[in-house]
Amino acid sequence: MADEFLLRMEGISKLFPGVVALDGVDLEVRPGTVHALTGENGAGKSTLMKVLIGMYQEDSGTITFEGKQVKIPDTKTGLGLGISMIHQELSYVPELTVAENIYLGREPRGKLGLVSHEQMSNDAKALFERWGIKINPNEQMKHLSVAQAQMVEIAKAISFDSRLIIMDEPTSAMTEHEVEHLYAMIAQLKDNGVSVIYITHKLDEVFKISDYVTVFRDGKLVKMLPAAELDRNKLINLMVGRELTHLFPKEHAEIGEVVLEVKNLNRGELVQDVSFELRRGEILGLAGLMGAGRTEVLETVFGIMKAESGEIVVDGKTRKITQPKDAIAANIGLLTEDRKQTGIMGVLSVRDNMIVAALPKYSPKGMLQPKRIDDACEAQRKALAVKTPSLNQLIENLSGGNQQKVLISRWLLTLPEILMIDEPTRGVDVGAKSEIHRLMSMLAQQNKAILMVSSEMPEVLGMSDRILVMHEGRITGELSREDATQEKIMQLATGTTQEA
Amino acid sequence: MSAPPGSQITPPDERRQKFDAAAFAKKYLIFLILLAFVALLSVMTKGTFLQVENLNNVVVQSAPIGIIALGMMLAIITKGIDLSVGATVALAAVVASSLAQISNGIGAMYPGLVLPVIVPVLVGLVVGAMVGFVNGFLVAKFHIAPFIATLGMMTAARGLALIYTDGRPVSRLASGFNYLGQGSLLSIPVPIWLFAICAAITYVILRRTRFGRHVYAIGGNEQAARVSGINISRVQIGIYTLIGLLAGLAGIILAGRIGSGNPQLGTGIELDAITAAVIGGTSFNGGVGTVWGTIVGALILGIINNGLDLMNVSPFMQMVVKGVIIVLAIIMDERKNR
Repeated sequence: MADEFLLRMEGISKLFPGVVALDGVDLEVRPGTVHALTGENGAGKSTLMKVLIGMYQEDSGTITFEGKQVKIPDTKTGLGLGISMIHQELSYVPELTVAENIYLGREPRGKLGLVSHEQMSNDAKALFERWGIKINPNEQMKHLSVAQAQMVEIAKAISFDSRLIIMDEPTSAMTEHEVEHLYAMIAQLKDNGVSVIYITHKLDEVFKISDYVTVFRDGKLVKMLPAAELDRNKLINLMVGRELTHLFPKEHAEIGEVVLEVKNLNRGELVQDVSFELRRGEILGLAGLMGAGRTEVLETVFGIMKAESGEIVVDGKTRKITQPKDAIAANIGLLTEDRKQTGIMGVLSVRDNMIVAALPKYSPKGMLQPKRIDDACEAQRKALAVKTPSLNQLIENLSGGNQQKVLISRWLLTLPEILMIDEPTRGVDVGAKSEIHRLMSMLAQQNKAILMVSSEMPEVLGMSDRILVMHEGRITGELSREDATQEKIMQLATGTTQEA
Repeated sequence: MSAPPGSQITPPDERRQKFDAAAFAKKYLIFLILLAFVALLSVMTKGTFLQVENLNNVVVQSAPIGIIALGMMLAIITKGIDLSVGATVALAAVVASSLAQISNGIGAMYPGLVLPVIVPVLVGLVVGAMVGFVNGFLVAKFHIAPFIATLGMMTAARGLALIYTDGRPVSRLASGFNYLGQGSLLSIPVPIWLFAICAAITYVILRRTRFGRHVYAIGGNEQAARVSGINISRVQIGIYTLIGLLAGLAGIILAGRIGSGNPQLGTGIELDAITAAVIGGTSFNGGVGTVWGTIVGALILGIINNGLDLMNVSPFMQMVVKGVIIVLAIIMDERKNR
């Protein structure tokens, strides 16, 4: 073990049919360090990590771990070596308990070789205590929040006595507080000599926790360097390979008359007495912590969830909206938060995904007009610069940012007057992000009204003309663009009583 | 509607794909398999298989299964299934037959009743569609899993067919009715015409109508389809009603072919239809399935049956072979999705 590196990957290449996913990539990780891995979506970060844990096989290159050259043909070998990964999309068994999930496949045995639930539960409890995790190990997994489930996954990774833990955007569903906890855990891991490879899009995170930073672009390594030698602009330039003038280019748009009025909307715990107005040309930000009810407000307005009471007025007319169809008929669009669950239709083509919400406009009397559909989709593809070889490509083969663009097109094709966008740029790379922001500005300039939910403070502050803040199902305050600051939003979002 | 939002964007990848043998083989795999089977059987039967009479026979045998498989494909595309088609075949067949009997014959259910052939045919179709509608209604409005809803219907509809006929076949049918199962038009058997017409209509529905896009969208992602304004219930009811209609037609053809409406008709045909759809590339994961694939799937199934007959393979062995083929088809489907 005369090696100063815990892990050295050299000249790793990986080909997928038609794509060079990794092109001779190197990566070196020192013991007890946090190594941030960043770059646009589809740059090859996840692919490289999947090679490392044995999910994919490299086509060429070598991996040296703890001074020995290794082959990792499957994930079991990876775990055996001490490499574990926390995936972005969590995979657990919802019906089993937290402890059962942690020890899945390696359950402690008691008498007669049967699983000892008691020991499993105690082991999990001890593990949680050691790492300051406040979750009941006997709780069923399905009752946990996304962030809690994430914590369990992290604890599970630790429980393998891993030497190297890979975290793929672990904080994307976490609250501020949980993020802090995670950072503390990472610090503790470092003290124990464990290394962490941390995939992230959030630049703040890169600077906050990492010792080294590696930037990927188009399947190639761009740069590997100590975090101390970097600043934000330098990092962004490395990631996109071009100067970015504005991250959040909200441009001026004429704000017109009220187009949407929501009055005293109620729906369960998370939508209580919500009222607001939205004007043409305006981007209205809806801020708040995870679980504050922002998404639920959008879903209730859109008819995905039925309102218990309240009134929705579009262009001066009260609308009865009990299903999404009604909302679409009222010229409202909703780009949902969870692209995979409620957005893309993975095995369908880009064309089918684009046109689906606007079909009534393109199929009078129920018969499709293929030529018009093709033209409309092609125009969208060009306008939004969707990177796809053709409209026939399956959407699941596109990167996250391009999928998001297709979904935006889906709504633009319905010619909405009101567009509600839930987390417009979640899981989207920096380049696509700024394109989406520009597009939102442009829609505002075209007199559309936009209601945006975002968990990213800079996005909320940068894009919104006006900001509503929610806390526990209620709107706790309204801030103008000029008045809004992170602190004020936080106060309202945490329900701090003091006037903002 | 929206101007180009970025000059800093590299132009989309416009690479023209060169001929890719692997991709071609994958896309047309099902046709290649069909050709391989035809070639294999032609050789092994020393040409008997290729005789026009035999080929006609194969397609006629495949037609009722294929007609039902078209509907089954729609259900499977939306991650559903219809187990009740066999029972629907029987119910439609006995009801239609009872109205198509030679009225003064022995054992006529309605002595003295004389109807033009079109009436029993339409009634049979309506009976099938009604069964399907109930299935669709249960699935859409009560959110019962299609497997369960149609499992219930499978038993109930078969029971109704038995009650209606007292468990006896309804025989001595008008020749005009039997024509649908036995006749020929332009020297092509009528069942083949009917299969072709059903396939063409299903093709148009799937490729050229809003309803067809909705079917794929629901299979691709039901939640996303709902958010996109699709009325899921209506599409589901439409699908199952259409399946019932197709099963009703298959029942009429089968009754016409043997000249009798038997309440035991169509037993097990649901499995053949599922097999045909799956061999044809319809995916149980939803969102994937084509009319061409399903036609070929039905033909492959028919060819296997016929070929094994010609080679004097015992019917018991034939079941084993079919079972293996179903599993192989699913394995291939899974691998394609990797």
